Amino acid sequence: MARHTLSVLVEDTPGVLARVSGLFARRQFNIDSLAVGATEAPGISRITVVVDADGVLLEQVTKQLNKLIHVLKIVELPPETSVQREHIMVKVRADAATRLQVTQAADLFRAQIVDVSTESVVIEATGAPDKLTALLDVLEPFGVKEIVRSGTLGLGRGPRSMSEKVLRH
Amino acid sequence: MSNESSVTPATLAAAASAPKPGPERMTGSQAVIRTLEKLGVTDVFGLPGGAILPTYDPLLDSDVINHILVRHEQGAGHAAQGYAMATGRVGVCIATSGPGATNLITSLADAHMDSVPMVAITGQVSSKVLGTDAFQEADIVGMTMPITKHSFMATRAQDVPLMLAEAFYIASTGRPGPVLVDITKDAQQGLMDFEWPVQMKLRGYHPVVKGHTKQVREASRLIGEAERPVLYVGGGTLRAHACQELAELVELTGAPVVTTLTARGAFPDSDPRNLGMPGMHGTVPAVTAMQQSDLLIALGARFDDRVTGALDSFASGAKVVHIDIDPAEISKIRYADVPIVGDLKTVIPELIEAVRARRAEAEPADLTGWWAVLDRLKKEYPLGYVPTEDGLGSPQHVIERIGALTGPEAIYAAGVGQHQMWAAQFVGYERPHQWLNSAGLGTMGYAIPAAMGAQVGQPDRVVWAIDGDGCFQMTNQELATCVINNIPIKIAVINNSSLGMVRQWQTLFYEGRYSNTHLNTGHDTIHVPDFVKLAEAYGCAAFRCESDDDVDDVIQKALAINDRPVLIDFTVSPDAMVWPMVPAGVSNDAIQIARETTPDWNRED
Repeated sequence: MARHTLSVLVEDTPGVLARVSGLFARRQFNIDSLAVGATEAPGISRITVVVDADGVLLEQVTKQLNKLIHVLKIVELPPETSVQREHIMVKVRADAATRLQVTQAADLFRAQIVDVSTESVVIEATGAPDKLTALLDVLEPFGVKEIVRSGTLGLGRGPRSMSEKVLRH
Repeated sequence: MSNESSVTPATLAAAASAPKPGPERMTGSQAVIRTLEKLGVTDVFGLPGGAILPTYDPLLDSDVINHILVRHEQGAGHAAQGYAMATGRVGVCIATSGPGATNLITSLADAHMDSVPMVAITGQVSSKVLGTDAFQEADIVGMTMPITKHSFMATRAQDVPLMLAEAFYIASTGRPGPVLVDITKDAQQGLMDFEWPVQMKLRGYHPVVKGHTKQVREASRLIGEAERPVLYVGGGTLRAHACQELAELVELTGAPVVTTLTARGAFPDSDPRNLGMPGMHGTVPAVTAMQQSDLLIALGARFDDRVTGALDSFASGAKVVHIDIDPAEISKIRYADVPIVGDLKTVIPELIEAVRARRAEAEPADLTGWWAVLDRLKKEYPLGYVPTEDGLGSPQHVIERIGALTGPEAIYAAGVGQHQMWAAQFVGYERPHQWLNSAGLGTMGYAIPAAMGAQVGQPDRVVWAIDGDGCFQMTNQELATCVINNIPIKIAVINNSSLGMVRQWQTLFYEGRYSNTHLNTGHDTIHVPDFVKLAEAYGCAAFRCESDDDVDDVIQKALAINDRPVLIDFTVSPDAMVWPMVPAGVSNDAIQIARETTPDWNRED
């Protein structure tokens, strides 16, 4: 099955995330990642959800989501016409002997060191999911102690905004 | 609550428009009752408790709203469903927080599956203690998310009218369904400014009504070309109140009709173009017509597994025109060659128009050959039953006679199981909303409270609850409600002393090993309970009928009593089985008309 990124505008009301995630769970749709946050429009939140689903199933996901009263709009973000990013923080073992190698590796990926201790560093990086996976592969030999990773965020390329039509309602 | 009376641009604007009376100061619970009155509610079913107590106080003063006090909240829920199905209006039930609310859950799930417009109002603990496991606190909004069309929680008195108005609108429009409004105790007790009407703010809810013109035209082309069309009529046709429109479509196209379990009565059984019910216990003509069809025109139907049987061999030669108000139903189970989203009340006339327009240009396919096949099937495989071998009463005979002696102007509600299938097969349905049952969820215990609700909504009609001995024992406490409130339903307990449909499966698929299906209520048992005595204890009239010979007499006796509920305990054979049958998960081609007997498809004549 293929991964698809859906952007979902929802009314920012209590329980809206529970409604969305509950729907995925009970209809047996797999969520790869999910990110929620405020938007340019007051009272409207945007959920970016990456689902593992092919054509017919993806259509069902979208239609079922659309039935939720608090869902205002859904668009699929194709990789070729959108920008998609994830954020990651990794705590890597790094002592005096290995610290330089670790920071060099981070530099190669334009990642930042955001915390240093005698035994470890915390590296943060932003990028497309496959770039972050490559970074993790490089850091792995040093000893990865902890990882935290955001859901994918995505915006369509070009001047148009997803909320334009919704706000006119 | 402190700043709810403060001056805002909105209140200033309201004050400026002179003829409109200003807002009226009242409590949230008064606002609940006032809003229900404004929404046209005349009957509600419920049972009070701590967290909903504030709302029950102004309810006492309402001249408009008739509250029926049930004996269990599940009864209130099913009564609201029966009321809604019999009248087409939104059914309303009220319960308190915690267990009161959780007791509604089965009826909410039932209404969700069968798209019944219903609003459930529940009390909730005060917003100040929400989430603290307070006494009788249950997260009913969370619990019912998967089984409601939508839900609201009011924590402020001021929110009550808008939430209720939106709840009624959502419940009754688009694909109907149950909506829950959970109101905290402090929202009921707090003060607010009541204004009517309210401005709804449902930005994400826009049901599609009109069909897509191009698709409607494409559907009319397929209909014109089809040589073996079938109108596959589902319960959505009744929900859309589109039966008159359906009749016109049948008249125009001459296509055969099948009416699913939820659509019985959408098209008259007496019309020769109605092949009956499709599916697991459908008629041979209905099941076979779909299997052999080259075009299924699905109207408010959802290709339920009980209709399709094994999906890969279901109507494999048919194209599909699928018309439904819920876009998510289209191509959910079966690919739709022509998908049309819209309200059948609007789309069927659009389709009729398109079919007419096409006929002006091209001659439609001749259906004579198709009807020759179907007429032969109807002649050779009519619905029927054989006398019981043990000499006990025949359940099919009982149900057939109830239908024949009472007629189509009555309302028939069934429980779930064998008696439900026989009621669907043998009553004879001639008009919309004549038949109420729990189809999608299959809720045993539905019949008594649903019949009660239907009788409240349609006081001038005879209402029969055709129930099983298993079902009856799940909700018979509502007999008290019926007697006390003068709701004179008639109850036929088809008493085969067992969980009959489960027993049938044990007979057929478990070598007759009857694990936990004997209920000891029937013939030659200890009669626990004795249904006649039980009904009499509640103040009902009650009879027992043990032989086919007495069936007509006792039904006539029941029909003559209209001042209180009547129960008839029909003790019947536990061995009677529902036929035809397509075993679960098997192709509809393998339909059996009796045990291990399939129709002889290859016979020439």
